Amino acid sequence: MNTNAAHTAVVVDAALSESTRAMKSAGRRMFNWVAGLSILLALWWFGAYLIEINPSTRHFADFGPVPTFQAFPVLWADGTIQSAVSASGYRLGVGLLIAIAVGIPIGILMGRSRTFRELSNSPFQLLRMISPLSWEPIAVIVFLSWNHAIIFLIAIASIWPVAFSTAAGLAKVDPAWFKVSRNLGAKPWHTLTQIILPAIAFDILTGIRAALGVAWIVLVPAEFLGVTSGLGYSIEDARETLSYNHLTAMVLVIGVIGYMLDSTCALAIKRFSWHRGAV
Amino acid sequence: MAARGVNIRIENLSHRYSSKSPVTFDRVNIAAEPGESLVIIGRSGCGKSTLLHIVAGLLPPTNGTLLLDNVQVRAPSSRWVMMFQAPHLFPWMTVTRNVGIGLHFAGWPKKEMQERVAEAIRLVNLEDYANSNVQDLSGGQQQRVALARSLVMEPELLLLDEPFSALDAFTRTALQRDVRSIAKQLGINLMMVTHDIDEAVLMADRALVMAGSPGRIVHDLPVDLDDPREREDPLVQSTRAHLMQIFQDAAKPSPIRRNAAEATTRLVGIT
Repeated sequence: MNTNAAHTAVVVDAALSESTRAMKSAGRRMFNWVAGLSILLALWWFGAYLIEINPSTRHFADFGPVPTFQAFPVLWADGTIQSAVSASGYRLGVGLLIAIAVGIPIGILMGRSRTFRELSNSPFQLLRMISPLSWEPIAVIVFLSWNHAIIFLIAIASIWPVAFSTAAGLAKVDPAWFKVSRNLGAKPWHTLTQIILPAIAFDILTGIRAALGVAWIVLVPAEFLGVTSGLGYSIEDARETLSYNHLTAMVLVIGVIGYMLDSTCALAIKRFSWHRGAV
Repeated sequence: MAARGVNIRIENLSHRYSSKSPVTFDRVNIAAEPGESLVIIGRSGCGKSTLLHIVAGLLPPTNGTLLLDNVQVRAPSSRWVMMFQAPHLFPWMTVTRNVGIGLHFAGWPKKEMQERVAEAIRLVNLEDYANSNVQDLSGGQQQRVALARSLVMEPELLLLDEPFSALDAFTRTALQRDVRSIAKQLGINLMMVTHDIDEAVLMADRALVMAGSPGRIVHDLPVDLDDPREREDPLVQSTRAHLMQIFQDAAKPSPIRRNAAEATTRLVGIT
């Protein structure tokens, strides 16, 4: 009886210490997250202070954190933030969807067919190395509207990370899974949906995360010209009207949204990752 | 689970991987009645695993006839299912999903599939792990999942490609006993390849010794022992010794090869 009680006490102690460790680890992560952002804010504030005390740069003082945070309610109330985010979000979403819809099949073909891989390697590597923004003059000529041209730029920039990551994932797939699934009567559609896609979900999502980063970088400069909506346009507009606090506020919006999108991708990767060791 | 065995007729079956590669095995002849358990035993490289892949419809033969219930095997089928050396489970799935994947491919209705999967899981004693991810299971439990995944298809012929070779001795013995018992209970045929003589004696109704290069069936030994079979049983021991003798005789080089080897030894001066 005493032995049983002692054993139970040991198990409870172990569970408690594990839970305490987990809580401490979460607490440490949260502290570092807040501390990192605080350091960035402090550096920003200090930079703005140096600008403000120097008579030759004083008229740029609106770049500082206080005027920037004061601009947010104004930009929100007049709908600048909402309309810019929705216009850019639409272009980013459609461009990324096109990149995913084209990139995944290309990646699967590259991974499954040696002939296609060898045939496509040189042209794809060449196209991949062309700076996405250098397509802009051609896109403006080819497409009827700037909107479509920007979507094309986002798609052409994002397609390569998705395709190459999918192909790399497929190269790592255990060939025995194909043999087993064939042995169990899988048709090509089953092999694609039940074996290939779940097996490489991690790699596809990693590719999408990289593509999102590239697309986000391309989006803002692409919106500097031609369009009258979007985050890039609102920054350019603020610069031209010398509203530096509005400009910095919109830059901050770009950073926050980009960070949130990247974190969502990271969560999806964690959710769909099955890698825990070989089976 | 309802199943039945199959009539196996293999006549003059030969295989080579390409016109430039050597013949893997040559003129293999095997006949078996429904419910019979055949164990093909031979050294590595004699072509026994390739033979099993051909019977499963995963590889085409180069020559010869392969009939299961008088039907030529041309492709994999739910009637003849293979279990491999490693479990090769799909690690993103639970035990239940892994076991039911073949039925899903075959388009079974969900409810019937669930019932049949639950029964297969019960058959291999993994009820407590039905919703576990397969990565959380031990090697022996994973091989049981692979067995359930094969059995759930209600095959008439279960092909086993050294499926217990990577397991520890205790798990191996338990699975050998269970697989034979389940096969007998369902009345299905087993065709297994192994290089383990003990395993052949414990699992087989007939042990087929494969030897040579290209491989051929050189001996067909009936293993007429009562179930359950125990390693320590004197009858099992004597059958094992007999099979070992046949195996060793089959592995000896032919007189021509022996003479060539002796001549080479003399030439290089090795004594």
